[in-house]
Amino acid sequence: MVTFHVMGYHEIEKLSSLGRIRKLLNLAKDNKIILLQGRLRPDEEKELIKATMEEINKEFKGIELAVIDPRDRVKDGLQKFKYDMMGLVLGMQTGITIIGSANVVKKIKRDPSKIELLTKDVKKKKKK
Amino acid sequence: MLRFLKRWFRRLFAKQDVKLGLYGPPNSGKTTLANRICKDWLGEELGKVSKMAHETREIQMKESVTIKSKDGRELQFNLVDTPGIATKVDYEEFLKAGMPEKKAKKRAKEATKGVIDSIKWLDDMDAVVVVLDATTDPYSQVNITIIGNLQAREIPVTIAANKVDLRKANMKKIQAAFPQYNIVGISAKYGKNINNFYEEVFDLIGA
Repeated sequence: MVTFHVMGYHEIEKLSSLGRIRKLLNLAKDNKIILLQGRLRPDEEKELIKATMEEINKEFKGIELAVIDPRDRVKDGLQKFKYDMMGLVLGMQTGITIIGSANVVKKIKRDPSKIELLTKDVKKKKKK
Repeated sequence: MLRFLKRWFRRLFAKQDVKLGLYGPPNSGKTTLANRICKDWLGEELGKVSKMAHETREIQMKESVTIKSKDGRELQFNLVDTPGIATKVDYEEFLKAGMPEKKAKKRAKEATKGVIDSIKWLDDMDAVVVVLDATTDPYSQVNITIIGNLQAREIPVTIAANKVDLRKANMKKIQAAFPQYNIVGISAKYGKNINNFYEEVFDLIGA
């Protein structure tokens, strides 16, 4: 069974960068798929990848990560201005971030305005 | 005009030891491109290449690579080939490729360390060529994260869409994914369009 954790941006807004990364990574390591309102800053995304690499072991293979943000798609013109203004007001709250453990998420396909999430069967270890 | 001014300023304040980094996801052909550059201008290769992901697991640097442009300009830089950046490393993938378990686990451990090193070095680069495999999906978050960080740090970046010799290569998709960047389609393996790539490097570093 796949568990989705829908997270409003307010849940991470007041945390430090490290706190945000820790929270997201802990949930991912718990085999939850996180749907986060908004996105991390590029340097936080980079640190998330770094922290993930530091924690990879036999049980945890890493994460799958995807962001959809309308600001990424519009490069010029009035629409860009509109999204820039929106960005000024909302900060990093625009868009959606999907993070899941590579143990449960096989692949996240972006196309580019929609996301397809392909999951795996999770084998649970029997307790002796 | 703006581009000319940027180049002029960069030339004016040019550093002596410019670091040109090759970044990208695993198996996009970074080391093949590094080997092509080194072979073309120094007559020797830099590193080993393989079809299996994470062949390059350590930062490799070739100092003082001098390239020449069509109009006789010269440009010297230190070429930094980096391990591919990924969000997951699964030793079982190496097992599937026929690697013994012990070796696969060691490779996975080295690969994770390689990703961390690549990320650590990112901010130290003076210019970066993001090498993408033109036959794969360019919308991967790793590509977007690398480029987003370079953009935030105002590090000049160009995109080399590699493997254009393959039928599955889709330049249009890469151009659509990164419309604000200069993209040069190359085949690092066969040297296709490599002179245009060198001209792009001149433009990137501003020589």
